[in-house]
Amino acid sequence: MIGFVLRRLAALVLVLFCVITVTFFLIRISPGGPFDQERKLPPAIEKALLAKYKLDGSLWQQYTGYLGDLLRGDLRLSTKYRNRSVNEILAQTLPVTLTLGATAFVLATGLGVWIGTFAAGRHGTPGDTGAMLFALLAISLPAFIVGPLLILIFGLTLRWLPVGGWNGIAYLILPAVTLAAPYVAYIARLMRGSMLETLNQDFVRTARAKGLPDRVVVYKHALRVAILPVVSFLGPLAANLLTGSIVVETIFHIPGAGGFFVNSILNRDGFLLGGVVIVYCAMLVLFNLIVDVAYTFIDRRISLNG
Amino acid sequence: MDDPRIWLRLRRRPVVWFSVSVLALLAAAAFLLPWLLPADYREPSSLQLAPPSLAHPFGTDLNGRDLLYRVLNGTQISIVVGLAGAAIALFIGTLYGMIAGYAGGRLDAAMMRLVDIFYSVPRLIFILVLINALNEWVKDFAAGLGWEWLVLYSRIAILIFSLGFIEWLTMARIVRGQVLALKNRTFVTAAVALGQGHFRILFRHLLPNLLGVILIYLTLTIPAVIIDESFLSFLGLGVEAPLASLGSLLSSGASAINPIKSSWWLLVFPALVMIFLLLSLNLLGDALRDAADPARNR
Repeated sequence: MIGFVLRRLAALVLVLFCVITVTFFLIRISPGGPFDQERKLPPAIEKALLAKYKLDGSLWQQYTGYLGDLLRGDLRLSTKYRNRSVNEILAQTLPVTLTLGATAFVLATGLGVWIGTFAAGRHGTPGDTGAMLFALLAISLPAFIVGPLLILIFGLTLRWLPVGGWNGIAYLILPAVTLAAPYVAYIARLMRGSMLETLNQDFVRTARAKGLPDRVVVYKHALRVAILPVVSFLGPLAANLLTGSIVVETIFHIPGAGGFFVNSILNRDGFLLGGVVIVYCAMLVLFNLIVDVAYTFIDRRISLNG
Repeated sequence: MDDPRIWLRLRRRPVVWFSVSVLALLAAAAFLLPWLLPADYREPSSLQLAPPSLAHPFGTDLNGRDLLYRVLNGTQISIVVGLAGAAIALFIGTLYGMIAGYAGGRLDAAMMRLVDIFYSVPRLIFILVLINALNEWVKDFAAGLGWEWLVLYSRIAILIFSLGFIEWLTMARIVRGQVLALKNRTFVTAAVALGQGHFRILFRHLLPNLLGVILIYLTLTIPAVIIDESFLSFLGLGVEAPLASLGSLLSSGASAINPIKSSWWLLVFPALVMIFLLLSLNLLGDALRDAADPARNR
């Protein structure tokens, strides 16, 4: 167990190193510097600027310098939002993104598992068909369609919920629903399929034969086994939610890290861009490790040796 | 897929007829209708933000351009990007999955571990950075060669390649699983016993048996690529003006609704077309998968 975690931590460091290297060179090969303007800057000023933002020296020197700074936990300065460090920007925006992401995460897994179990229990009935049709619809609708339509309906026409911004629980509802909707549907389908398979297995038949009530059979015996495919989807789910939050934050004007990410691409703000990518990847890789470890606690049949 | 009963099962399902006809209708409209519309629909006019009417069934946008014409063109771009991107994903995924499944053992384990890692990093975010890094290069390169068309379409070309490059993972997994199941069958053993090479076994014996699965997942990859492309275009980082895909139209539609004056048609019409396109592709893919493997959907 401990050996597994250690090996995975080593792999994690390797993955992060690759991510950092790829990101760094992708940013540096893009033509045009962050200080390119219509009017050429005087050489002395440009030199001072480049030195301040540590963009001088050869590419190799810049790369090793950046790695060194990252090791010290310094994500450097933003070249667009002058005098603000990337650490500072992320400290302000990341909690917002994480709140949104976590809410959508809980919503997607909780609701998805429940709907999937519900549909499997009523297999072949109109309730099942309806739930699955609804799920297919939700999967086909990306956030950038659902979000604006929800704003149009609940924000502008009915005026029940705020249309955007970030100011308390009410502001969280529409974005979280928009972000979670396709994944609620995806997990519901995953859960239904695996539950249908599990309900046909011998141990479930035994449980039923003992005369246990249906509720106990499904939720206590079958659910523990049937939920495994959902657990292994949690890693990709987190990655998708983090990517999806970029567009949801844009739609609902939420001051999260996603908006800064998009702007950093448009502004050629290299270190801010790199900071967001690296922090996102670090969080996801760590989360995947946690999921893998949690997997063994749910399913004792799995031995860790990957 | 060589089972003739599959086509019988498919023909009996109304869902299949529904999605095929919606797709045919959308494709025909997107590729033919723009030629039939009056020429002045293509140009900006003084009729700004006009609601839907007989002359302009979908209304007009901020620059007075006819929205129907723009939506049809956007659908065209979305379909082309979806098809081409899915084809690239299919190529990479099939090759990768076949090699991993056929080689087996450690190489297989390592290749599939890599796929797992790719699944859990935000691929779209890397692609965003990559597209913007490469775009200027390709533009300069094309301008140097004097290829005017590539200057205009450089971003779409990059989009197609990079989206194909991130959507191959599921295909690789499925193909690998299929190859694992097939490679112990007698016809493969017979081919090995006859002394045929790996290359020949892979492409002459295994590939034809994989075509069914590949076709099914191709149907499901197309909507995934279309969604990715629209995601990028929605953020203003995909297809560039003057071209517009459904994603960029949705983006301007989303910014056109506000409490003071909502030009709802700018949002609703592109959204409807996109919903029908994606829904019918997903329905068709699902139906194909169920027909090929009836046990899945008991």
